[in-house]
Amino acid sequence: MKPLTFTLRSEPEERLDLSGLIPDRLGGMPVVEIAGLSIGTSRSPAIVGDIFKITGTDAANIVFAGGSGRFDFVGAEMKTGHIRVDGDVGARAGRRMAGGTLVIEGKAGLQAGSGLKNGRIEINGDAGEGVGGPMAGEIHGMTGGLIIVRGKAGHRSGERMRRGIIALLKGCGDYAGLNMVAGTIVVAGRVGHYPGHLMKRGSLLFDRRPADLSPTFLDCGRVDIAFQALFDRYLMEEKILDRPLLGAKPTRLGGDNAVLGKGEIMFPRG
Amino acid sequence: MQELIRNGIVIDDTFAEAFGMRATAIIITAPTLKWARQAAITMTGFATSVIGCGCEAAIDIDIPASETPDGRPGCRVMIFAMSTDELQKQLKTRLGQCVLTSPGSACFASLKGSASLDLGSSLRYFGDGWQISKKFGGRHYWRVPVMDGEFLCEAKTGLTKDAVGGGNFLLLAADAEKALAAAERAVAAIEKVPGAIMPFPGGIVRSGSKVGGKYKGMMASTNDAYAPTLRGVVKSALGPEINAVLEIVIDGENNDAVNAAMRAGLKAVIDFGPKRGALRISAGNYGGKLGKFHYHLKDLMP
Repeated sequence: MKPLTFTLRSEPEERLDLSGLIPDRLGGMPVVEIAGLSIGTSRSPAIVGDIFKITGTDAANIVFAGGSGRFDFVGAEMKTGHIRVDGDVGARAGRRMAGGTLVIEGKAGLQAGSGLKNGRIEINGDAGEGVGGPMAGEIHGMTGGLIIVRGKAGHRSGERMRRGIIALLKGCGDYAGLNMVAGTIVVAGRVGHYPGHLMKRGSLLFDRRPADLSPTFLDCGRVDIAFQALFDRYLMEEKILDRPLLGAKPTRLGGDNAVLGKGEIMFPRG
Repeated sequence: MQELIRNGIVIDDTFAEAFGMRATAIIITAPTLKWARQAAITMTGFATSVIGCGCEAAIDIDIPASETPDGRPGCRVMIFAMSTDELQKQLKTRLGQCVLTSPGSACFASLKGSASLDLGSSLRYFGDGWQISKKFGGRHYWRVPVMDGEFLCEAKTGLTKDAVGGGNFLLLAADAEKALAAAERAVAAIEKVPGAIMPFPGGIVRSGSKVGGKYKGMMASTNDAYAPTLRGVVKSALGPEINAVLEIVIDGENNDAVNAAMRAGLKAVIDFGPKRGALRISAGNYGGKLGKFHYHLKDLMP
């Protein structure tokens, strides 16, 4: 079966809420019915048929041929299946996703993977602010799953995250892991100001010493432990990185001692 | 009793009788194989028989660094017990006292089974609040700070109810030296079989037992029929040419593992020949009514 493909006719004139176009909801739905789903957000909202040409039948495998910064909530609340976007997406891609895989070939907007529960989100371009973070008023950001950003990520990545892994492979903005509760953030590349600010627990694993740290992170020296080898191996097996991130005996900083202080920042020596 | 002869060694037409058990397996790693094995040997000490030790345990195989979860040399340890509760108790205490304490050690699950047993989940409290939980790749680990760094331990391991305990064969030889030489050959061959362990000292038992005894409260007592010094005064199973008997006892992850181990051990003894090793091979059973698994020697010949 060919993937259920939504080919973009032209740049949409309004922001689109694509949370309805997930395998869980489209399985078994006739094409006519899919084409009639409302996805616009304006006073007279657009329907799927206005924006996309629909081909293919395999709803477990959805492809958006062509993307746009106006594609919001792509893959939101998805539980199973696979979605690929051949282009950019807008805000909150994979919001509260609970399973399956979401691959975005282009850029992602604000809060990609916000409140992610499980599953895998892979963004090949850059990602905006608040990757895996909470929406306003929420207590926690992501609580599980894996987000990989192969481009640059914005500020406050992994804010209030509780579990799961975020891998940012071309650096990130300021306050990575802000108020983090637990979980792991991996950053290869330049890290902005104050990573781990007010983190309680969790691990920030970098490929270099961060330039600008909160003074409440304390040096625990170079540690000879088995964990980093296990984790480096995981990163390579998952094809997140092609070489070890930390290597033997990384430096460990404990913090943030302005709060609970049971988190850590680790990076290779030097 | 009908006799079968292989390479000049008499094979009794009898069978080993074995029992269903619960088993689990873990991988212990360390900076060097020496220290991985040391943790494993310590953990599997005093674990020869469920009768007196609560469990039967030994190193299954060594695992090269390239195949362990953390890229350090390690070995796979198997533990067998009669009940899930006893297995959990033995695993927890042995892990806490012998592996957690061993320099540079880390511990990982090595069995997917019908149920799970706590590993790090019960030891994490040693961290006194500084323990770190990490979940990735579908697995859950605990990192517990200790004086040489961290004890890294997977949260849980698996339990199998398909395990078999008590596969065995007896090596009858002209003297103790030859019996031991044959037994050592068998042990070396069985050590290479994955999923099977030999819990007794160096894999070998010299004090085979029969059920019960003349003294009240003795569940088992010496197997006088196979004790050469009593050959003249009891109903002996030994002919005049036999002066020493040693037994190999095998526990396996499943029926196939015990089968493979028995086969490998018997082949090694037969290849070794009667001049330097065993003159006769037999096996221990209780008439076939107690144990579910029967391993007939004639079916396991090379």
